[in-house]
Amino acid sequence: MTPVVHVDRVVKRFGAVEAVRTVSFDLMGGETIALVGHNGAGKTTLMKLIIGLIRPTSGQLRLLGEDPAAGQFAGRQRLGYLPENVSFNAALTGRETLAFYARLKRESAATVGPLLERVGLEQAADRRVGTYSKGMRQRLGLAQALLGSPQVLLLDEPTTGLDPALRQSFYDILEDLRRGGSCVLLSSHALTELEERAGRVIIMNRGLKVADGSVQDLRGIAELPTRIRLRTREQEIEAAQQWFAGTPCHAINSHTLEISVAQDRKIEVLRRASSVGAPVVDIDVAPPNLDDLYAHFLQDREGASC
Amino acid sequence: MLNILIVARKEVQEGLRNRWVLATTLLLAALALTLTFLGSAPTGTVGVRALDVVIVSLASLTIFLLPLIALLISHDAVVGEMERGTMLLLLSYPIGRWQVLLGKFVGHLAILAFATLIGYGAAALALALTGATIDRESWVAFAAMIGSSILLGAVFIALGYLVSALVRQRGTAAGIAVGLWLVFVLLYDMALLGALVIDQGQTISGGVLSALLLLNPTDAYRVFNLSGSSSLSAISGMAGTARNSLGNEALLATLALWVLVPLSLSALAFSRREL
Repeated sequence: MTPVVHVDRVVKRFGAVEAVRTVSFDLMGGETIALVGHNGAGKTTLMKLIIGLIRPTSGQLRLLGEDPAAGQFAGRQRLGYLPENVSFNAALTGRETLAFYARLKRESAATVGPLLERVGLEQAADRRVGTYSKGMRQRLGLAQALLGSPQVLLLDEPTTGLDPALRQSFYDILEDLRRGGSCVLLSSHALTELEERAGRVIIMNRGLKVADGSVQDLRGIAELPTRIRLRTREQEIEAAQQWFAGTPCHAINSHTLEISVAQDRKIEVLRRASSVGAPVVDIDVAPPNLDDLYAHFLQDREGASC
Repeated sequence: MLNILIVARKEVQEGLRNRWVLATTLLLAALALTLTFLGSAPTGTVGVRALDVVIVSLASLTIFLLPLIALLISHDAVVGEMERGTMLLLLSYPIGRWQVLLGKFVGHLAILAFATLIGYGAAALALALTGATIDRESWVAFAAMIGSSILLGAVFIALGYLVSALVRQRGTAAGIAVGLWLVFVLLYDMALLGALVIDQGQTISGGVLSALLLLNPTDAYRVFNLSGSSSLSAISGMAGTARNSLGNEALLATLALWVLVPLSLSALAFSRREL
């Protein structure tokens, strides 16, 4: 299977600033990829490079098999893009705006109505975009990105301004597209939200790709400990500490004990905590989440570069 | 080609929606009607053909107003959309940058042409309704005036795009647009006049003067309209100026060049711009 997006040793410099530093990766159809990083990590620049809005200083890019900056637009026909802080001309209505973008993609006008309905804008379709709230503009932005069932979807901070219900239906739409073989690349700050949805995570820091893999892979690479919290009865915290002697643990309060264990020792600790006679009334297991992984990889990199 | 029309259609749609079309048409019609009826008062019924007077007054109005309107709608075209963030999304679509620019040009020109045609046409119609006799030659001159007015508008739309594609901020674009208007409409002629007075015909020959007039599109327009026929040049006081050395073809070609060169340059500047 050939990748739909191919990024090969791409460097992008703006004057003295290196926004993207020798980044390479391939994206396949049927993947949902989370692009994670601080502001200024190079996420938006990468997306613009993939679309061909800007040219790389060096390195190669391929979007659906063609050079996106070369002025061949067949690839863009099959591309959906939602920029960060999307904006539209305030004078036109939502329907007119979407119809305009549909015409540019040579989509029939009949797709506009159902699409507006799909993002929950059918009520406001004939109002001027200038009267829309931020969430509504974001929904319109999403609708235009979905025009023409794109093979590649690039979404820059797509869920900002969306309420939880809409967020859910938004992710459902993305999941449908992914099942249909589309490649969905989305950047976000809401890491915990992405964790369940993204099959793959690419972590960027100051223009460098610092990690790339499934959340599971990254956990393995990072070797972050799993946190196990044990609740004991009052006054039994010391008994519990003795019970787990030999395992690093610390008391959080008078009845909660936290143990950090490596992945391979997790079961052992859990068996011990649930064995007969253990002074434990409740167990909570928290594997390292995307936030922890993100923090870990950034620290790692910072330590290495300084 | 289709992309250009799609963008043009959107520009016209926006122009209709935010009342640009309405405002421009009404302004031009109101001023044209005022000039027509105030302007015909002094001539009374003596000999002069009524529509020719209107042509002279409207041509003078055009020189002041149309460049201003054209710059107003065009100076924002690139830099404004970039600042608002709408350009980023538009360019992620399968459309070339030159197509975006040309589409906007067609749309903006259509708005301007519509306003000019209706606004000035209303004046001529009103004059015809009052029972003034208008011969064929006058109608031809009137049509030429409207056509060249639209061409002059196109020149300043193209100049506005060039400014818009070059600068980083909308404010800068607006400032430069006002500057362009001042130079081409007021300062250039004043400087030229001053030079002629000081020179007293010593070094500035008729040929040089013609060349200098062609260097300013509003002057090319003025010469084209105010000395188009013997009767027009008599009323406008342009008899015997640069006419003899500048043919209508040369004047129109100059104006066309004034459209094409800035438009191409702005397409070039836009294509090199980083988003």
